[in-house]
Amino acid sequence: MKYIDPHIHMVSRTTDDYRRMAQAGCVAITEPAFWAGYDRCSVDGFRDYFRQLTVVEPARAANYGIAHHTWLCINPKEAEDVGFAREVLSIIPEFLDAPTVLGIGEIGLNKNSRNELEVLELHLNLAAQRDQMVLVHTPHLEDKHKGTLLIMDAVANAGLTPDRVLIDHVEEHTVGDVLDRGFWAGMTLYPDTKCTPQRAVDILERWGTDRIWMNSAGDWGDSDPLAVPKARMEMQRRGHPAAMIEKVTFGNPIAFLSRSENFRLNG
Amino acid sequence: MSDGSCPLSANEIVDQYFLEHRAKVLDVAAFLDRIDRSVANEACADHRVEALLTCIAMLHDGDGDRTRRIQHRLSDQSTAPIDAAPMQGATGAPLPETDA
Repeated sequence: MKYIDPHIHMVSRTTDDYRRMAQAGCVAITEPAFWAGYDRCSVDGFRDYFRQLTVVEPARAANYGIAHHTWLCINPKEAEDVGFAREVLSIIPEFLDAPTVLGIGEIGLNKNSRNELEVLELHLNLAAQRDQMVLVHTPHLEDKHKGTLLIMDAVANAGLTPDRVLIDHVEEHTVGDVLDRGFWAGMTLYPDTKCTPQRAVDILERWGTDRIWMNSAGDWGDSDPLAVPKARMEMQRRGHPAAMIEKVTFGNPIAFLSRSENFRLNG
Repeated sequence: MSDGSCPLSANEIVDQYFLEHRAKVLDVAAFLDRIDRSVANEACADHRVEALLTCIAMLHDGDGDRTRRIQHRLSDQSTAPIDAAPMQGATGAPLPETDA
């Protein structure tokens, strides 16, 4: 069965991961810009990163039959310096017309500070001006619930329609609010800090399968690039029908991502 | 919208998942024992451990919806943005001054 991993940071992964994902049925991925594990010290560092996302990774993925798309931003972990963030934002339009760019992301909040919120609003204004879709990162752990509510208010204030915005990293205490306000929701499958495959399937059973997807968010930390097929196995283990598994891991990502004319599957 | 049910029977869930969760509760017990055995056990006053013990009590308080309620217990309940980010990471439980 084919699947899409709609949030994974392949710049941090090996070619072996591309091979194993393709063998497991992955046919497309989307890669949002994120924090590299350290703060970059120049705008040119981001320009190189955006070239990696728009040129290098699509070519690496194509070797394994995987369609690669990307989202651009300065991540909220590097948003405390508003002046620097403004400089990075100024170069994003250079890349928005690249054929594999889907929109702005992953933007959001990290510690829910005023500066982070200001940089989020700058990104949302850019998305509104350029009619871009948005992929949202919600904060970690104790900061998630508060940050998710602040982010949804900021999106509404920017005049973006919620059905072109995906709020990622939802968990049990945020998924209901996100879906009730008309957004798409993403569940990230992590060993410790977000959803396990078992809890993600619990969330599908409780909140349904409309406007929701699952991703691995595989990166340089504790994460698993095969988390999505493992969650599919969990659904099979519980006796969920193949149509439901296909909807969450293939049909729903296509439905949301196809709102960008740049999204396409290979072949 | 889902009706909220899991397709497995209660007996099937226990048969398939008991050992995995037996191991997890032993891990929690061993973690707390390890703190007790530590050469300097000042961590016993750590806000994260206190939050964890509160969550353990919520597992059998009879009120249901355990996961969502525990998530809220482990969340910052304030609503206004903070003045400046004090760090880039998160600890997993709200600091006492931001507790509900």
